[in-house]
Amino acid sequence: MGQQIVNGLFLGSIYALFALGYTLVFGVLDILNLAHQAVFMVCAYAALVLVGHLHLPMFAAFPVAVLLGGFLGMAVDRIAFRPLRGRSDSNIAGLISSIALATILEAAVVQVFGPDVERFPFGAVPTRSLKIGGAVVSELQIVIIAIAIAMLLGLTWLLRRTRLGRRIRAVAESPKAARVLGVDVDRIISASFFVSSALGAAAGVLFGLAFNNVSPDMGRSVELKGLAVIVLGGMGSMPGAALAGVALGLLEVFTVAWVGSSYRDAVAFGVLFLVLVLRPRGLLGSAALREA
Amino acid sequence: MTSSSLQDLWLTYQSTVAFIGLNGLLALSVYTTLSCGQLSLAQAAFMAIGAYVSAILTFHSGAPFAVNLAVATLLPALVSVPLGLPVLRLKGVFLAIATIGFGEVVRIFFVNLDYTNGALGLTAVPQRTSIWMIYAALGTALFVLWRIRGSRAGYALEAIREDEPAARTMGIDAARYKLAMLALGAAFAGLAGALEAHYTYMVSPSTYSFTRVVDMLVYAVVGGTSVFYGPVVGAAFLTALPEVLREISARVGLAPGPLRLFVNGAVLLAVILFLPEGISSLPRRIRDRLRARREAHAA
Repeated sequence: MGQQIVNGLFLGSIYALFALGYTLVFGVLDILNLAHQAVFMVCAYAALVLVGHLHLPMFAAFPVAVLLGGFLGMAVDRIAFRPLRGRSDSNIAGLISSIALATILEAAVVQVFGPDVERFPFGAVPTRSLKIGGAVVSELQIVIIAIAIAMLLGLTWLLRRTRLGRRIRAVAESPKAARVLGVDVDRIISASFFVSSALGAAAGVLFGLAFNNVSPDMGRSVELKGLAVIVLGGMGSMPGAALAGVALGLLEVFTVAWVGSSYRDAVAFGVLFLVLVLRPRGLLGSAALREA
Repeated sequence: MTSSSLQDLWLTYQSTVAFIGLNGLLALSVYTTLSCGQLSLAQAAFMAIGAYVSAILTFHSGAPFAVNLAVATLLPALVSVPLGLPVLRLKGVFLAIATIGFGEVVRIFFVNLDYTNGALGLTAVPQRTSIWMIYAALGTALFVLWRIRGSRAGYALEAIREDEPAARTMGIDAARYKLAMLALGAAFAGLAGALEAHYTYMVSPSTYSFTRVVDMLVYAVVGGTSVFYGPVVGAAFLTALPEVLREISARVGLAPGPLRLFVNGAVLLAVILFLPEGISSLPRRIRDRLRARREAHAA
């Protein structure tokens, strides 16, 4: 039981990181960025190259990959979203242009690394573990949960206490009003993409480390689960995404333990479906980004 | 060209021709729901239902293929009604996500269903589909959509797409129209699924993943969704493209898989950014451009 909770928290904190980035962009733009999963995947590869080929230690490779993810996110905004702003169908058009960009990134990765699963070199992933109560906790799990919590706190601080955060919240509330008040809306959206994609990149590196498995389609299943998480948490709600990410992680682990592994994914999407039908604004739907 | 080389050409490309028809039908199924402003991404699930039902009926009953196809067309439409009742209250992205959820649940259900061989799916499905059947189905779908376009229902759908509250104020029963279009789209998808299963000899749950729906959506968008035949143009273009690319990649020395992905993504991005009404609007655009130039010249 204790073991399951630890495993669920660990899986859930990765989902939460991924979904926070997703929901941040949705909160600001009302658009789903389906290239988020491609950034997630590309940055896992970036960490792999930094550690495997350039022989950087993991603690140095991680921030580099996260920064790279941020800049990649800004490029996604510049290419796939900014040209469509102001178009009447920008909602669905943006969805599709981000799918296009995700396809291009995936093609590039398959071209360079091939379609097969890659692994981190031996020794890059800490393997020690310790016992807490009845549960075996690996060093890696502790590090991942700690990083997730630290990034969540950092994001909360950024949105609540900084000038940038105030401006992001203003744009989320109303781009028009923010522009009238002298906020450079395009720059703030760009910054939101940086933060969002940096979180996605962190999730990608941690996911790759956690399962020691990096492949061109690793983002696909996480993408759909990320959708489940942000809907469950309430679209655009940061605390909701964090909570729902952890909840989904726990739910999956307990489904595997009690029902069987083959129904793990069905639970996520079943919950997603029910939430949308019964309570479309999600668990914390009223607490949108402006109250983050 | 001699008749035997023509025959060779046909043998090489007949499956491409078949898939152009199938993908055209699938693109129409996405377009049908989209025509009243609803983005349903459950089409792969409807397709799966059609494929499984028709394959099972072929294995276990002596009914003629036409009857199986009819069942495979009607059943997804029936399933879509109870799905649509709660789901169509949702709008835009929420509807898209809810239908993705439904699609994944259906796929996982088939992956875990022992009766249909789980993740392996059904193999050795008897081949019953001929290429003319695919095109007859596509033609019927196009005919139905063409008939709807100029009718009372067609104007109602357009009104709902442009401004749903205004349409309701004018007495249009928006919920009923949306449900009807969802069911019609589901029927197209089910029929395409059944035809495909009996063309490729197999039904495998991995065929009906989210990626497949994205493909359908891409066909529709690249072709253009402002006219009813646009999705078919898009499907034909993107299905024929890999054949051309295979020739190119052999010469350039790039792996065909990534190149195909890359070109698909690049075409989609270019269309969305520069040609929002799809490639089917290209002839009209060129004509307008030429006329503008002529008029400028005359003046």
